[in-house]
Amino acid sequence: MQETKVIKIDPITRLEGHGKIHILLNKSGNVDEAYFQVVELRGFEKFCQGRLVEEMPNITTRICGVCPWNHHLASAKATDAVYKVDPPEAAKKIRELGYCAFFIHDHAIHFYALGGPDFIVGPGASPQERNIAGVLKKVGAEVGSTVLRALKYAHEIEEMVGGRAIHPVFAIPGGVSKPLSDSDCTKIHEMGKFLLDFSKFTVNTFEKTVLQTKRNFDLLKDDMYRLKTFYMGTVDAKGKMNLYDGDLRVIDPEGKTFAQFKPSDYLKHVSEHVEPWTYLKFPFLKNVGWNGLVEGRNSGVYRVGPLARFNVADGISTPLAQAAYEQMFATLKRPAHETLAYHWARVIETLYASERLLELVQDPEVKSSKIRTIPTATPEEGVGAVEAPRGTLIHHYKTDPDGIVQGVNLIVATTHNHAGICMSVKKAAQGLIKRGKVDDEILNMVEMAVRAYDPCLACATHTLPGQMPLEVNIYNSEKKLIKRMRRL
Amino acid sequence: MRAVSQPKLKLAIGLGATCSGCDMAIVDLAEKLTDVFKAVDVVFWPTASDQKLEELERLPDGSVDVCFYHGSIANEENKEIAELLRKKAKTMIAFGACACHGGIPGLANLTTTKELFATVYKETPSTENPDFKQPSIDTTVSGYSLHLPEKFDTVQCLHSCVNVDYFLPGCPPEVPLVEKAIEAITTGKLPEKGATLAPNRILCDECPRERQEKKISKIFRIHQTIPDQEKCFLDQGIICSGPSTRMGCGAKCIAANMPCRGCMGPTSKALDQGAKMIASLGSILGLEGEESMSEDQVKQLVDQIKDPLGTFYMFTLPSSILKRRNMTQK
Repeated sequence: MQETKVIKIDPITRLEGHGKIHILLNKSGNVDEAYFQVVELRGFEKFCQGRLVEEMPNITTRICGVCPWNHHLASAKATDAVYKVDPPEAAKKIRELGYCAFFIHDHAIHFYALGGPDFIVGPGASPQERNIAGVLKKVGAEVGSTVLRALKYAHEIEEMVGGRAIHPVFAIPGGVSKPLSDSDCTKIHEMGKFLLDFSKFTVNTFEKTVLQTKRNFDLLKDDMYRLKTFYMGTVDAKGKMNLYDGDLRVIDPEGKTFAQFKPSDYLKHVSEHVEPWTYLKFPFLKNVGWNGLVEGRNSGVYRVGPLARFNVADGISTPLAQAAYEQMFATLKRPAHETLAYHWARVIETLYASERLLELVQDPEVKSSKIRTIPTATPEEGVGAVEAPRGTLIHHYKTDPDGIVQGVNLIVATTHNHAGICMSVKKAAQGLIKRGKVDDEILNMVEMAVRAYDPCLACATHTLPGQMPLEVNIYNSEKKLIKRMRRL
Repeated sequence: MRAVSQPKLKLAIGLGATCSGCDMAIVDLAEKLTDVFKAVDVVFWPTASDQKLEELERLPDGSVDVCFYHGSIANEENKEIAELLRKKAKTMIAFGACACHGGIPGLANLTTTKELFATVYKETPSTENPDFKQPSIDTTVSGYSLHLPEKFDTVQCLHSCVNVDYFLPGCPPEVPLVEKAIEAITTGKLPEKGATLAPNRILCDECPRERQEKKISKIFRIHQTIPDQEKCFLDQGIICSGPSTRMGCGAKCIAANMPCRGCMGPTSKALDQGAKMIASLGSILGLEGEESMSEDQVKQLVDQIKDPLGTFYMFTLPSSILKRRNMTQK
């Protein structure tokens, strides 16, 4: 008769980064504990010391090749603050315009290639099918060419604005390096219209494959994928969701505003806890405190990302996304604690980013050649924050009077979500694994709890080497490894 | 891409310490990707599909035709996977700046794991860790032992760890270079082993800007000036790594009015990218006529370069003659 088991999911695939899941079973074969481990660290916070601060927007893009844009812009905003310089409006709008294209690209890849296969192809489909090829088979090959075209257009816009799509170079302290021409804007406008149609199509596909498919919708609402936590996200002066700039707002698990502050005050609100079994830290709300990996209002655990942004904001500033947002909250009680609803908010954000991109490209100011403010102040210290696709991203630099970096602190989206991810894994494992029965479908459904966050472990490991996938290990009550699944 | 009648080539895409921008560069072949997959079978690509490591382990040695490996070697697990892929692949290609030269994360060689842990887990201002708890290789929690791969003090490029047949540089490699490489692979037209799959000339040779080879006496940092878009950065006093960097990237940063930072690495004619840049700058700053200058004058010129190591070796410290900061003193 088996005693306790440990299940280890090693390389969690279709994740951006490398992680491991360990599931510990008790004598009756039910889940005792589950751990989500990030196994790498690269140390950007250390080796960026001594660098020229104006190079930071270029250096920190290499934290992540999947989401280099948020690092590039959070970094540029931090360097603006270091030099106490306010970039011209045109520069800010150009930055945001490129950022919208990046958002569409990043979210679309997640929906069609990383997170979507679980719903569209099904959590129990064979691993060979549960990928983008399987998705295209289900939704039609012609959709495939639409998806690829959208990705290509988004990248073309990123490249026109940022110089390069992967690892953009255009944002510098005080503005951007290059203006947009009339013909750039005409091309972006044309491609933007296609991207808006594509985003509408994506929201419809989500509605059909997840919301109107009973099995998937039941899964989305299932208690094993729910977590009652605080949420954090960026809002503009009117309380609407913003991806590029604004205040950070925190709400409690009941939905009441708990705090609202400038990103530069983040140290008054956020602290990070260290555990020896993972390289990744655990941020928590300082004014609630770290009480371990537990839910509820007495635990400082908070979550960020698309669902968090929807939960904290009073609405969305563009009409189609606002309508979709209202529809979501007509279906789910607010704040929505359903972790799988991250996918829902994510596709609606694609719609917002498309609408916002079209607004910006039609704004005459983006063609202005006034794109730089030359800093004159002595550089000191600055914080820059943006909403990355996966949630709030904070860059904080200190320099000497020559602008040589002395100190760097980075809190990336996946790190903010670290505690939430750990808890989601445990809850899903407890809901799914009974009496020691484990199979590929069950383990994949445990991974789904992780994939909902679209965790970016390349980002999270900015502090170690970023590798991709994940591993699940299952141990019995005698601490013997009885099942291991590795996917890299 | 031309269709092939022979059996499909087996391609593996492996990774070490990486940002995965290289994976994105492969995905970026976008519409062409479908053609690529007609000519090759991707037998292993953990980023994009669900194949398990065990499946790779089960393949006979030498049965994978080509492996693209991106990322550097920064911990024990990276090393194991690189060695495994080398065994399975007939041709191993170092893909991207990290695999070729160490990349930006290679700047970690300016520090040690101990210092790095102190910064990350203690000194960073949001960290609340009075007892200075640190990640440890083996931790017992609830009676179970959880293992973390050991982080190496020194980041290595791929060829410091296994034999590499070809180098495809760039951060990440640009699509035309990747396409050409895949074309060469599928048609069996790869050059001699050890070659870099990009032109062996410097970026200045493909740079569209007008260059007068001016002598400069003042160096501007990029935030301090608005560069003329038509003129050579160096002529304008802005440090640009064009003279020490291999061409083939399409000079996209230059087109965005930003100077080169050297992600393609050096050509085969320069042993060391940083040393080459320092030599080039020496002549641009007029230091050849050093005898006629006072020591103060030379110092004044050179002192304007604030972070030579981070600037000239931004992408190539692990593969350079410097490799890392001296570790003997404790």
